[in-house]
This record gives sequence, structure tokens and C-alpha cells, in this order.
Amino acid sequence: MSELFDVNFIIGHFQYWLGIILMMTGLFVVVSRGNLVKKVVGLNVFQTSVFMLYISMGKITGGTAPIFTGNPQEVYSNPLPHVLILTAIVVGIATTALGLALIVRIREEYETIEEDNIQHLENAMQRKEDQDAGAMI
Amino acid sequence: MFSAPFTFAALSQHFPILQVVIPLIAAPLAVFIGVTSIAFLLAFAASITSLIISYSMLMQVIDGSVISYHIGGWAPPWGIEYRVDAANAFVLLILSAISTVVLPYAKTSIEREIRASAQTLFYTCYLLCFTGLLGMVITGDAFNVFVFLEISSLSTYVLVALGAERDKRALTAAFNYLIMGTIGATFFVIGLGLLYMMTGTLNMADLANRLPALSDNRTVQTALGFIVVGMGLKLAIYPLHLWLPNAYTYAPSAVTAFLAATATKAAIYVLLRFMFSVFAPDFTAATGALNLIILPFAVIAMFAASIIAVFQADLKKTLAYSSIAQIGYMLLGISYFSHTGITATMIHLFNHAVTKAALFMAVGAIVYQTGTSFIPKLAGLGKQMPWTSAAIVAGGLSLIGIPATAGFISKWVLISGALEKGWWWMAMLIVASSLIAVIYVWQVVETLYLKEPVGDVVVKEAPLSLLIPTWILVIASIYFGLDTELTLSSARAAADALLGTAPLAAGAGS
Repeated sequence: MSELFDVNFIIGHFQYWLGIILMMTGLFVVVSRGNLVKKVVGLNVFQTSVFMLYISMGKITGGTAPIFTGNPQEVYSNPLPHVLILTAIVVGIATTALGLALIVRIREEYETIEEDNIQHLENAMQRKEDQDAGAMI
Repeated sequence: MFSAPFTFAALSQHFPILQVVIPLIAAPLAVFIGVTSIAFLLAFAASITSLIISYSMLMQVIDGSVISYHIGGWAPPWGIEYRVDAANAFVLLILSAISTVVLPYAKTSIEREIRASAQTLFYTCYLLCFTGLLGMVITGDAFNVFVFLEISSLSTYVLVALGAERDKRALTAAFNYLIMGTIGATFFVIGLGLLYMMTGTLNMADLANRLPALSDNRTVQTALGFIVVGMGLKLAIYPLHLWLPNAYTYAPSAVTAFLAATATKAAIYVLLRFMFSVFAPDFTAATGALNLIILPFAVIAMFAASIIAVFQADLKKTLAYSSIAQIGYMLLGISYFSHTGITATMIHLFNHAVTKAALFMAVGAIVYQTGTSFIPKLAGLGKQMPWTSAAIVAGGLSLIGIPATAGFISKWVLISGALEKGWWWMAMLIVASSLIAVIYVWQVVETLYLKEPVGDVVVKEAPLSLLIPTWILVIASIYFGLDTELTLSSARAAADALLGTAPLAAGAGS
């Protein structure tokens, strides 16, 4: 049991704990909220947790910024994960923009951005189509 | 290298990068030119060039050799490497061949389905989607897969949403696809992050060299889990398929034909590549991912999705559910964990791409003429649209797997793979699930030919610009059921490349 409550282990990995909390918060928001904008916000939180995972990976205790100083013994942070995440951030922004644009269009067509209401309208459309189909058979 | 005279030989050294860059550059050019007909010609030219490049690369690597292209001259594992072997050259050929056939069809089809001002942008999105799929398949760098995956996904969401002019449900379908696709891609990136954390490299060949030493490591096992689930969302493994039916049903017809034949196929290739080339095949098998996850869900997909398909009133939705069932067959081949199994997956990748694209194009032709794909409203169309209806019948037969169609070859290899393992019950399951396909194909055939037309509206046959591309694929789906030389030898070479009979890890750079 004492291994489970190893304080050093818990504190030493705090960035992972934060990452997991953010990740689960984001996913939970995406799944549980009916408002489409809130879903996009949840998606952003979820993606941010992954950015944190990558960025914390590159950090080295006592490391400086990765700038060549002439001292070969210099300890510096790994810049590669940061660069990767720059790409992922750009992708995230594009996704958010596209998602919001789709929400605007959905609002124009359905006059609501609540998932339940949209589902209700779509079910009604489906029922009408099924009735039409049934009338023909 | 660059001072060499501008000859075909000099140019062919740069085929791997040209494969991706040509459609990528054509995409913004189409926007700048801004004339729809020129945008179409540009897209078509880019697509044909891609087809020529991918065919000549496949001919180079089909003997088991590997083309390694170092971007910007940076040697791997530091620089990004494009690595072409038989497996991805085969998938590249599928992608570019389908794109080349679908584009002329799209030109006519979208004139009626998308407003004129958006048509130029349609070609741009189409080219970007095509670029993304090609890039995902050709690259030898794990993070590069993610970047191209997102390029193709983002443009796919737009393409699906373009269907909103026919039916507003395309918008919600695109939004749901966006949410699930992004979750999938993010899971994939988490997996890559964990791999990078453990190995410090993102080059696939380099990863393959370093991972075996870490096979007991729980982080690496978790990484495999994240990658399988992430890609599973993109390729619609059974419980993760919820985005697919609506996206395929409400997207413009040409988009559906293109996506059904390419998007899921590229994702299956990436899954195969990670399962068997990046991770060692034995490691993947030892985690139980094949027996405990892929196999049961593949079988459930084969039956559940086929049964759901029977009860759909919209022909496009029937075909969308049938796609999920067919993806089940491809996954089943993976789960055999044998050379024959992977061969079956690769050959079904090709045959299903051809068959399903032909079917969706034929349905698109009906939508073009009648404005609907509701099965009851198609009654009696067999006489009014004989060529389109015949295409649906031929495609349906290939979907079932009748001998002398491409679908039969896939099922034959799949069943012989099952018997090879002594899984006779699996062979029975494959046949049983094919019988369900008979039901939904028969429903359509019955409506088309045996029922009297509703009302007295006269429907004309679809224009030739729709029929010719459709029939090219229909004839291909019959031809590849009779002459299996190209497909079977390519699929075998691909299986060799994936299972390490010609290992990916054999020295970086060649």
C-alpha cells in the first residue's frame, strides 16, 4: 500500500497528473455537453492536454533555452517536441475555426445549436421520409 | 543531383516527393485562377500525374526493393524520410487511380449538387484531401502521418459539409465527423508522444529498430493502444463507426464515391504499418490487440453492419453500412496474423475500393437524374436507366462475392487464410455474412427491375460523363475478378513488405 502513496512519485509526475486531468475534463465536456460550441471548447481543452504532454517532455531540469552558446557542456531543453506542438497547435486552430464555421451554418439551417433539438428535428425529418417511403410500398 | 539534365530519369529520382507536392501545389493554384473549368483541368492533370508516378513506383518496388527519399537532403532519422515499398506503393496506386476516375464524374455531378461559386473551391478541397491521403501513405516519419492525416481530415469535413445544399443534415454529419475525427487524430498524437518519450525518434524505420528492446515497457504498450484507437476512429472499426453512415449519405455523390474508396483505405494502411512495421508483429500479437480487439469487432462489424444495411430505406445509407461490414473483412484479414491474412486485407482494399466507388457513382447518377436515393422511389428504374441499373447490379454482385467478380477473389483469399489456420468456423461466418449482403443487394435489384414505376414521371438515362467513369470501375471490378495477376502479386508483395519478409528495418537509406 505504501507504494501507492509514494509522495515523491506523485509530486515528481505532477505534469502528467495535470495532463490526465485536463484530458479527461476535455473529453468529458465533449461527450456530456449538448451545446455544440461547448463541445468545441471541450475539444480544445482535450488537445491542450496533449500539447502539455509534449512540451513537458522536452524540459530538462536546469536546462536553458536551446541556443548555441559555444559551451559544449551546456544543458538545454529539447526543442523538437516544441516544434512538433507548434504544428499541432496550428492544426488545432484550423479545426476550431472549421468547427465554429460549421456551427454558424448549423445555426442558420436549424436555428439551434443544442444537440437535443437538432436530433429532434432530424428524427422528425427521418420519420417523414420513412412515411413517404412506406406510402409508396 | 539538381544539375542533372531535365530528363525523365533525373525526374524519377524525385518521384516520392512529386507524388505529394504536385496535388498540394495544384490546390492553391486552383483558387488563384478562380475559373471552375481550369480548376477541374488542373485537378485532373495533377491526378493523372499522380497515377503515372505511383504506377512507375509500384513497378520499381514490387520485387521487394525500397525507395528511400530524404527530404531536403537531410539523412534519416534526423530529416523526414519518404519511404516507398510494395505495401504503400500499392495503396498509392489505389488512391490515385480512384481519384483519376472520380474527378471527371465529379465535374458533371457537382454541377447539379453544388452552387457555381463553390465549385472552384470544391476542387481545391478535393486536391488537399487527395494530398493528405497520399502523404499519410507515403511518409516514413510517424509525426508526418499525423500532419497529413489532419490535412486530409480537415478538407474531408468541408467536402462533406458541401452536401448541405441538397440536405441540411450534411452539416451535422460533418460536425460529428469533425469531433470524432479530431479525437481520433489526438489519440494518435498521444500515442506518438509516448513513443517519442521512450525512443527519442519519430522515423518509422528507426522506431522499428529501437522498440524491440522496450517490448516489456508499459508506456510502449499504451502507445500501441492509443494508436490503434486513434486510427480505429478514422477507419471506422465497428464501435467507432458512428460518424460514417451520415457523412457518406449526405455528402455530395462524387465526394462519397471518393471517400468510400480512399479515406478508410489509407487509414487501414497506416494501422497495418504501425502494427506490423513500426511495432514488431510479435509484440502486437503478444499484447492481444489482434485476438481480443480486432478479431471480435471485425466479426461483429461483418454481421451487425450488414444487418443494419438491410433495414435502410436510403440506398446511400445501405451502401455506407455495407462499407462498415466490408471494413470488417479487411480487419479480419489483419487479425489472422499470417501472410495470407495480410494479402487478403490488401487485395480487399483494392477490390472494395473499386467496387464501392462504382456503386456510389451509380447511385450518384440516379441522384443526378431523380434527386433521390430512396429505395422505394427507385421502382422500375431498371427500364428507364438501364446502364446505371446494370452498374448497380454488377457492383452488388462483386459486393456479395459472386465468382468472376473482384469481391470473390478477396473472399477466396480471406477464406483460404482462415482454413490455413484451421478456423473452419470462421470460413462459415464469412460465407454467412456474405449471404446477408445478398439480401440488401436483392432488395435493390427487385425494386429496380421487378416493381412498376411510381407515377408517370419519365426518367432519362444518366449522361455519358457519369456513365463512363462508373462503367470503367464496374468493368475493373469484373476484370480484376478474372485476371488477378496485378492485384494478387501486388498484395503478396505488400504483405511481404509489412510482415518483414522484406523488413522495413533493414538499414535506413538506400
